[in-house]
Amino acid sequence: MARAVVELAGCTRDYGGIRAVAGLDLVVYEGELLSLLGPSGCGKTTTLNLIAGFVPPTAGRVRIDGQDVTDRPAHQRGLGVVFQSYALFPHLSVWENVAFGLRERRTPRAEIERRVRAALALVRLDTRAEHRPAQLSGGMQQRVALARALVYEPRVLLLDEPLAALDKKLREEMRGELREIQRSIGITTIFVTHDQAEALGLSDRIAVMRGGRIEQLDAPREIYERPATRFVAEFIGASTVLRGRATAPDRVALAGGEALRVLGVNGLRAGEAVELAIRPERIRLAREMGENALDGRVTGVVYQGVQTELTVEIGGGQRLLVFVAEPAPAALAPGQAVRLHLPADAFIRLGPEEAGR
Amino acid sequence: MLRLAVLALLAFMTLPTVVVVAVSFNPTAILSFPPTGLSLRWYVNVVTYPQFQRAAWNSLLVTAGAVALAMPIGTAAALGLARGRPRAASLWATVLLSPLVVPGVAAGLGFLIVGAALGLLRSRSVLIAAHVALVLPFVVRSAWVSVRNLDPTLERAAASLGATPWRAFRRVTLPLLRPGLLAALLFAVIVSLNEFVVSLFISTRLTEILPVAMFTYVVNYTDPTIAALSTLFIVGTFLIVWLADRFLDLGGVFLHHR
Repeated sequence: MARAVVELAGCTRDYGGIRAVAGLDLVVYEGELLSLLGPSGCGKTTTLNLIAGFVPPTAGRVRIDGQDVTDRPAHQRGLGVVFQSYALFPHLSVWENVAFGLRERRTPRAEIERRVRAALALVRLDTRAEHRPAQLSGGMQQRVALARALVYEPRVLLLDEPLAALDKKLREEMRGELREIQRSIGITTIFVTHDQAEALGLSDRIAVMRGGRIEQLDAPREIYERPATRFVAEFIGASTVLRGRATAPDRVALAGGEALRVLGVNGLRAGEAVELAIRPERIRLAREMGENALDGRVTGVVYQGVQTELTVEIGGGQRLLVFVAEPAPAALAPGQAVRLHLPADAFIRLGPEEAGR
Repeated sequence: MLRLAVLALLAFMTLPTVVVVAVSFNPTAILSFPPTGLSLRWYVNVVTYPQFQRAAWNSLLVTAGAVALAMPIGTAAALGLARGRPRAASLWATVLLSPLVVPGVAAGLGFLIVGAALGLLRSRSVLIAAHVALVLPFVVRSAWVSVRNLDPTLERAAASLGATPWRAFRRVTLPLLRPGLLAALLFAVIVSLNEFVVSLFISTRLTEILPVAMFTYVVNYTDPTIAALSTLFIVGTFLIVWLADRFLDLGGVFLHHR
């Protein structure tokens, strides 16, 4: 097992009666990139602030490399932080911004020279050393912020929505670049984002957060293919949730009466109510009637180039989201009758919602 | 018609200055307008009159002392106002800005009574204290605007990079507040140098500052000396503002907007 670098133990943070983080336990291992993913207000940024030392926890402990740093102020934690707004010092040149942390550490002049040069080369900004931050594009400012946070070789890199302020194309470019840099220096990284695509594409593990707690902590593929709760299933990617009742260990009857065969789902007991999620890309259009085939009527069509998004209503008023890869096998229009095939192994059983939410 | 109105307004705004400047070059001892000739004798009188020399020195000490105290206090107050709890901040803002609305006579009387009770009226300390109170609203206002424009994450960034709170203040906050603080300094100097009403109450012959000395002079004599001194005052103030705007990057607070 890899070494634990950052540990949160029972961390809680209240802001004037509002609980932003509620008894959080989290371990981040050496060299991994862990994302804190969730909608705004889920406590992900507060969690980052607890680790950085910008706010003290109301309860709980923070450990870095096994040392309790809960009562240590931010400037003594030696972490690297990249802020959403970059927070570059506008009165200092790119060079001085990057050198800031080294000067605070009283690094010898020649060493500063060498390290700043290397850091600027790493983010391909060697030619911009004398510029002021305001003279750079958003993507360049972002890279300066990264260089500034990495130059003194911090133990942990904290990234607070670092890509959110960039436009789409640049964001995708920077995502790749960020991953490459993180891999090449092997720094333990915690990445806060509300963008599921970013989290899925970048992370070794994702902690999906909601209401100040971690809803699920897993590898990206696990999170996507086996979401633990309805919230995770709906927040990560698209999915349709079906409600029904188990009639046998591999049989579920939906509210509208349709019977489905369900494979690879553990612990179905006859008679219990279950919630099943299915990803829209797993549902197929079918010709013949057969096992797990359902008849429905198209209620919505959204053409998206690479695929078409269908909304199909089946018995009992239940609506299903279906992605049909383009070119579509048939002309699709609202009102049209279609037959869907739901593969037996495509279902995800959702855990019960925790009480009190 | 409109042009005429504008000209009239312009004349009305500048007339006092024009009259004073013109009279100061008058060769005769009467405050008459327009002047009957051109002479610098009243300027010589200003420079050689002992009480003006003493008052100028007093002005310098009082203004320097008051500004030296008001700048750090006002800056700290502005930081507190911008970052403290909003309700407490509005209360403090009222207290700090109150000298703007309290009549000078009332404030002067207050300082006189307190100064007398403490037996401090012979020294310049009461004058300095009064000037601190009077310039603080200007310092706080000006600094407050700058502090509010400051991104608080910059200090967090400095902390994350290893800077102690004091180092973060020195290396990040203070340099970024500099233009606002220079404007504050300028306001403070001008307000303090021109302060008259409150100072009149708490000055003695030995501690009085220039505006008070000028008033005393006018009460006793009616020659253009005072016009000459006023002209010097006007020129001095303009010079300070112009130089500051020119060489200290104030972001065009005074004369023009960039």
